[in-house]
Amino acid sequence: MVQAFSNLMRNILDGKFVYTGELEPHKSIDLSEVISWAKTLKETGRIVAANVTDNPKSVGSISSLVASYIIQRETGLEIIYQLRCSDRNRLALVSDLLGAAALGIRNVLALTGDHPRQGDMPTAMPVYDLDGTQLVDLIHRMVYEGKDINGNEIHGPRPQFNIGAAANPNFKPLEVEVLKIERKAEVGAEFFQTQVVFDVNVALEFLDAVKHVNAAFLIGIFPPRSYGQAEYFAKYVPGVQVPAEFLDNLKKISEISDRKERRKRIDEYNIEYFSEFIRAVKKKPSCRGIHIMAVGYPEVVGPLIESVEGS
Amino acid sequence: MIVVKGKPLDEILSFLLPYKNVLIVGCDGCTQPPRGLREAMTYAMLVEMGAKLRGKTDLKCRATTVAKQCDNHICSTTLTPQLEGVDAILSLACGVGVQTLVEVFPEVPVYPGQNTTFIGSQEREGSMLYEKCKACGECLLGETGGICPITNCPKGILNGPCGGCVDGKCEVPFEIRDETGKVVKTVAKDCAWYLIYQRLKKLNRLDLFRKYRPPRNRAISSSPRLMEVV
Repeated sequence: MVQAFSNLMRNILDGKFVYTGELEPHKSIDLSEVISWAKTLKETGRIVAANVTDNPKSVGSISSLVASYIIQRETGLEIIYQLRCSDRNRLALVSDLLGAAALGIRNVLALTGDHPRQGDMPTAMPVYDLDGTQLVDLIHRMVYEGKDINGNEIHGPRPQFNIGAAANPNFKPLEVEVLKIERKAEVGAEFFQTQVVFDVNVALEFLDAVKHVNAAFLIGIFPPRSYGQAEYFAKYVPGVQVPAEFLDNLKKISEISDRKERRKRIDEYNIEYFSEFIRAVKKKPSCRGIHIMAVGYPEVVGPLIESVEGS
Repeated sequence: MIVVKGKPLDEILSFLLPYKNVLIVGCDGCTQPPRGLREAMTYAMLVEMGAKLRGKTDLKCRATTVAKQCDNHICSTTLTPQLEGVDAILSLACGVGVQTLVEVFPEVPVYPGQNTTFIGSQEREGSMLYEKCKACGECLLGETGGICPITNCPKGILNGPCGGCVDGKCEVPFEIRDETGKVVKTVAKDCAWYLIYQRLKKLNRLDLFRKYRPPRNRAISSSPRLMEVV
């Protein structure tokens, strides 16, 4: 039986449709920009929690735990602490999880993590003592049994986390992804945040395929700040299908020379496109929310949600 | 086979230039490419020429080979009669061979002529050597359709595929490196877990794919390992 330790899970269990955001701290000790993005998300009043990424794309960045704690403390925005297996063995994972619980983090997203060869320190040793599924298992044991993965007891109160995992609706064949999701749910994943989806049909097919899984699914979207960002996804992010019509429309807007007008039109188009997307996926009972990965573009988040939910 | 790669001549000469009589010892065992008598003779010639070019004219090399350089008894019986006057050994075997010679002949300096890379198989058509086994000590092949995820998945994960698998390909390609470690070529790589899925589906054993596999006992493959001969 899933318990709600976080506002995110409380909302999901109450049957509310939830919105989460994403924050990406960099290779820097200066968190002011990320904190200002977090404030913008918080001020929308619609974002129940936001992910703080952990060495995204294997670029060595500020500790996601430290950033999660500081952002949550400074802004009051609930954090979904991302934790990768790429860089830590099981001892380090347990240490960081105990630390996170002590610091008041209530959601963890368990990730296998990109291979270090993809990042800015490709000569690093890839750890992967555990994989993402085994990390879910570890967190579940810590929370519900008060033990680590080797069965050693945690002294005093148990850590309180709601456990998230990643899923990829773009995976072909979808059967593989569904089997993986079943595995993760079996060992304790309570919610899934998905990889970016642009094509609503991909999301709908996915939501149908996982409707038997007892977990909350949050579909990941990425409103691009510019045509360039959308084009990047289409060209360089393998497996993510960006509909041609979406790209064409953004391209037309990108040709507007007046900067202010162009920005306005991009915002409007993102809101139009993604509000329609959200309305469609929201009809599926397995869809319990949307994960909006508008990294560096938080100002679109509030108006987008308002256009779906009303003000 | 144990796949080896010759060290750059400069590095070998940096070991051998102080000596006058070097014995170059090949191995007829499992090294690939072969490192037997023929290769030992080639190395002998190269080392002497390289030394001469560097102004060292009195370095002489002799070439020989042993059946299995990882067997201390074979090394002792084959090489002891050949060691008179030898002031250094260059081994062309894998790292096990080098260390066996060190143990059998503690009074003679032994140097490696090869970088030992992996346990692999050869694909003749493409002239490629593929790493196939990491000697993890708890073989999973019976459950994974005969495809090893420990070796063939760059993350070595047990519950794959990970998010880095797209259209059956791995996010980390094969990297072919030169002797300095620089990548000279990348080759797209199939995702091991995708292959496992396909194979298990064909065998009607997707239950084995779906199965959750708990974390490995890393103590089993922690180095150095010791085993009693039964």
